[in-house]
Amino acid sequence: MSIDTETARRVAKLARIKVEDDALPALAQEFGAILGFIEQLNEVDVDGVEPMTSVTPQRLKRRDDVVTDGSQQEAVLKNAPDAREGFFAVPKVVE
Amino acid sequence: MSELSKLTIAAARDAMRKGDLTSAELTGACLTEAETSGALNAFVHHTPELAMEQAKAADARAGTDAPSLNGVPLGIKDLFCTKGVASQAASKILEGFKPEYESTVTTQLFDAGAVMLGKLNMDEFAMGSSNETSVYGNAVNPWKIDAELTPGGSSGGSAAAVAADLCLGATGTDTGGSIRQPAAFTGITGIKPTYGRVSRWGIVAFASSLDQAGPMTKDVRDAAIMLQAMCGHDPKDSTSADIAVPDFEAALTGDIKGKTIGIPKEYRMDGMPAEIEKLWADGTAMLKDAGAKIVDITLPHTKYALPAYYVIAPAEASSNLARYDGVRFGHRAKLEQGDGITEMYEKTRAEGFGAEVQRRVMVGTYVLSAGFYDAYYNRARKVRALIKRDFEAVFADGVDAILTPATPSAAFELGANFDPIQMYLNDVFTVTVNLAGLPGIAVPAGLDAKGLPLGLQLIGKPWEEAELLNVAYSLERAAGFVAKPAKWW
Repeated sequence: MSIDTETARRVAKLARIKVEDDALPALAQEFGAILGFIEQLNEVDVDGVEPMTSVTPQRLKRRDDVVTDGSQQEAVLKNAPDAREGFFAVPKVVE
Repeated sequence: MSELSKLTIAAARDAMRKGDLTSAELTGACLTEAETSGALNAFVHHTPELAMEQAKAADARAGTDAPSLNGVPLGIKDLFCTKGVASQAASKILEGFKPEYESTVTTQLFDAGAVMLGKLNMDEFAMGSSNETSVYGNAVNPWKIDAELTPGGSSGGSAAAVAADLCLGATGTDTGGSIRQPAAFTGITGIKPTYGRVSRWGIVAFASSLDQAGPMTKDVRDAAIMLQAMCGHDPKDSTSADIAVPDFEAALTGDIKGKTIGIPKEYRMDGMPAEIEKLWADGTAMLKDAGAKIVDITLPHTKYALPAYYVIAPAEASSNLARYDGVRFGHRAKLEQGDGITEMYEKTRAEGFGAEVQRRVMVGTYVLSAGFYDAYYNRARKVRALIKRDFEAVFADGVDAILTPATPSAAFELGANFDPIQMYLNDVFTVTVNLAGLPGIAVPAGLDAKGLPLGLQLIGKPWEEAELLNVAYSLERAAGFVAKPAKWW
């Protein structure tokens, strides 16, 4: 399986990881090797098999739809790289 | 003093209950060992004040009715969130992160009286099989022959710390073999319980449908004691099972007469080292001598487990690691004039994630992207269903446990510089167990020609950890593994 540098660029963009142009060919080659390894799965007859959604058959528990937590603004913001006036601060999003 | 840190959990517990030993003495001895073990790079954050405070509290409540781990000093993998103590999953992107909350596992261990000595090295976000992807640098195996060896990964620091007697036991996590492979590489015991047995709440997520935490200890009894304290239903983890937890230690009778042990032919790989093959045959003979019935079994989809894993785990990782965006916690890149929020995300993640993590996040992004989702992700989930079905068929035929090698080799040299796929092959015997959600345990069973430890793996039925631990206990007694690494660090 060969992956071209444009695909590598697109995947890096989707993953929001900055990859310099000169690193793209090597990245594309690595993807190609890993995807080549994964291609073995095409040998398996999966007709009529449902994709697994839960490894242990169990019904997810339900609970009343009520607030069980909150009022922890200080704790929530404690580890933020930039928190101001009770908010997370980020670069300008809208022009 | 240093003899104290060599105690098993069971021996220390019994001595403290009788009043022959205090946790303050034991904890002090372990702290000294941990602080002077820099060459192993196992402990990456030391918490001596907290440890001594917990030890004194344990001594205050000591007695015959003290909780199960009262005063027992443990190391905690860096993947577990511990309140007010650095918890950075060995990643630069979580530099400086000190959680405002305590993971369920560490909460339960502390409720059982355990003492935390500090945080342990690991592969970044638990992605790796050699502890070489860590932002803290390599953890080093206390077993050494000329060159420095890997302790395995991802729970490499946990394995090195237990094998070197820096602590009595440690927590690990296992997504594809990250407890069992390092346990085998360092001559200790490690169990990954059934998916859903241990709460994942407060453990930094890698691949949520595969991740399970478990204990890494000096023997099977200690694994039973420590696992007991870690297990149980937790409403904060929706996949945690609300079923009773049996008394694991009480299950250790060593009697496995009449049990059926399966030997899967697909695990006999081409090019398997003769020593591993012999170890496996020896282990089979030991279980037979103990009265078990040995049967040949087939798990036909074994070959496809690793490729399925390398779709599913990266896919889940790419989704889980989307949270590291430089906004709410951890590292944020320095921005240039005019950089917007997209540049902030892209630069932060490029600087914060190491090469292997970036690779897996991008592979995961690719297999989930429009046009490839069915061909890769859905196909892998179907193959996963078939792998689980293989095990169900074998258990339905009356097999109680399955015996396999734990790893395809003994510990290898640090810096061996494998390509990613060669590195992934380390998990060839362990990854099936995660895909099928089963419990698996690695038990040290012998030494190779160079004198390095080798482990065997036992795989059990879902929720049957008690029975699995008992088979492991029987194997442990028969193998009589007592070798220890000579201290050089």
